[in-house]
Amino acid sequence: MGANGKERGTSRRGFLAAAAGAGALAAGGGAQAQAPKPDPLITEPQDWNRFLGPGVDAAPYGKPSKFEAGVIRRNVGWLTADTVSSINFTPLHQLDGIVTPNGLCFERHHAGVAEIDPSQHRLMVHGLVEKPLVFTMEDLKRFPGRVNKLYFLECAANGGMEWRGAQLNGCQFTHGMIHNVWYTGIPLKAVLDEAGIRPAGTWLLAEGADASAMTRSIPIEKALKDCLVVWAMNGEALRPEQGYPLRLVVPGWEGNMWIKWLRRLEIGDQPWQQREETSKYTDLLADGRSRRFTFVMDAKSVVTNPSPQAPLRQKGPNVLTGLAWSGRGAITRVDVSIDGGKNWRHARIDGPVLPMSLTRFYVDFDWHGEDLLIQSRAMDETGYVQPTKDELRKVRGVNSIYHNNGIQTWHVKTNGETENVEIL
Amino acid sequence: MSRSSSALIGLALAAALALPVLAQSGKTGLGRPALPEEIQAWDIDVRPDGVGLPPGKGSVKEGEVLFLERCAACHGEFAEGVGRWPVLAGGQGTMTADRPEKTIGSFWPDLSTAFDYIRRAMPYGNAQSLTADETYALVAFLLNMNNLVAEDFVLSRENFLTVKLPNAPSFFDDDREKAERHFWNRTPCLSNCKPDTRITGRAAILDVTPDGGDKSIKVE
Repeated sequence: MGANGKERGTSRRGFLAAAAGAGALAAGGGAQAQAPKPDPLITEPQDWNRFLGPGVDAAPYGKPSKFEAGVIRRNVGWLTADTVSSINFTPLHQLDGIVTPNGLCFERHHAGVAEIDPSQHRLMVHGLVEKPLVFTMEDLKRFPGRVNKLYFLECAANGGMEWRGAQLNGCQFTHGMIHNVWYTGIPLKAVLDEAGIRPAGTWLLAEGADASAMTRSIPIEKALKDCLVVWAMNGEALRPEQGYPLRLVVPGWEGNMWIKWLRRLEIGDQPWQQREETSKYTDLLADGRSRRFTFVMDAKSVVTNPSPQAPLRQKGPNVLTGLAWSGRGAITRVDVSIDGGKNWRHARIDGPVLPMSLTRFYVDFDWHGEDLLIQSRAMDETGYVQPTKDELRKVRGVNSIYHNNGIQTWHVKTNGETENVEIL
Repeated sequence: MSRSSSALIGLALAAALALPVLAQSGKTGLGRPALPEEIQAWDIDVRPDGVGLPPGKGSVKEGEVLFLERCAACHGEFAEGVGRWPVLAGGQGTMTADRPEKTIGSFWPDLSTAFDYIRRAMPYGNAQSLTADETYALVAFLLNMNNLVAEDFVLSRENFLTVKLPNAPSFFDDDREKAERHFWNRTPCLSNCKPDTRITGRAAILDVTPDGGDKSIKVE
């Protein structure tokens, strides 16, 4: 965060100076033509000032205000054949900070949500191990060395619909296959050490207990380095749609590898070449060749406000905000442009900056009703700079589906309406 | 602080220190041995080298009957796919086309993947209900639909490794750190980075956005 500290003093007016014409500054909040009338919300008692509200047990498990009913995950019906093997999207434009509420974490299932009684769940470790073992959930919760970690999970297909050009009008749909959660669990290494990996063991197969028996091969170095076996998210048990009672956490790597309803860990000496690592989650390049095992999620960012679902409504002071993340480590800098990439300034980063976690950034600015072409550009601690979409297309073509981390452009029109656009 | 409360704290500390610390062996003793029958029941994965293939065999003809009965509702009678359900056959030579058609014959690198996936996850909604012979038969049928084996072909554990999928050589391991080295550009441009900019495409024109977009914009 240190690199951004010096930017904090910069005035928001300075930011728009290049784009805003000289005369526009006078607009402020709009002229007041008539004498102001008192606000009845202040001068008249309201129902909620007068009548009693619900008591303490009205909602034993609390829900958001009814006025937040529009803050929900949404899907794109035409993307998949049915909702049982499908995906929905986190409403990034309606959230702030860096932690995604449990009920808003996007869902991706291949055979629907497995509903498992934790007392009937088992985790098996076998293959190239000294001692094949079976654990109950109670066993796992008795392991020493419990940890709490905040990590983003991004589907490799996030932004996959945008390779050929701007398509979906909203950051929920262009970038919403992501969430950021505090996990509680134990290092995967603890479980594997208990069974004792034999020297020949170089790959791990993780399998889910759902009706797709989801599987992925994971290199043993990653498994031992920082993967977790977790049962809690944001302080409570995993949600069923996030793998209750047990899921694998594979920090910084594509979401498909984070096996939900985790029931089996097999140690082997080569990858298994499962469906989700051959026919899917491989990146077809323009020359017809395909990259595989593209596990790491490269640095990426998006401005969540303003965005097509969250247009500008007021001239004068406004808060531009967004999220940045990298599977290779911590975010070190986010730049924002409002003129389509001609000029950039450093955004202010607020809140914890943690490796392989979402990072929140802000630019406070005045808007005078002019056209804006808003972009953000993330940098991580390895020196990786988020590329433009065209730079990515030069290397990969337009058919790779996965790992689209190109710079997003939002066009804010003079009426505040905001569109997903492509620019040159 | 009184002498007696200090004494109490002293006692509490002693109790805490007396809590047994885990043995340093690295083993907790948690869990129990997995029985061979349990491992056999769950270990259904198949690798490209044939490890994990069960004994059995099945013909293209047997596979066709099964496919029409249990698979064609989604995948089509000729594995051509119904609606947005996966296409399993055809598409050869389209990997550099504008719209590649990724199927077992045109894209998948390993035949073991087809056997493994059908065995673990198909038929959709009734997973792990097929016998080994039925799975061999379905894979044989799909190979035939992809023009990779003849109509009278019988697939078995014994001849499984003789069948190669044509697109296998097209796969290579992640090389982003070399091929995309230029993205590790620690000093990106900050001002006057390009002379001009123009909009080349708009999502609003395609208008494929589901509900949730706010159309009622009013700037005050």
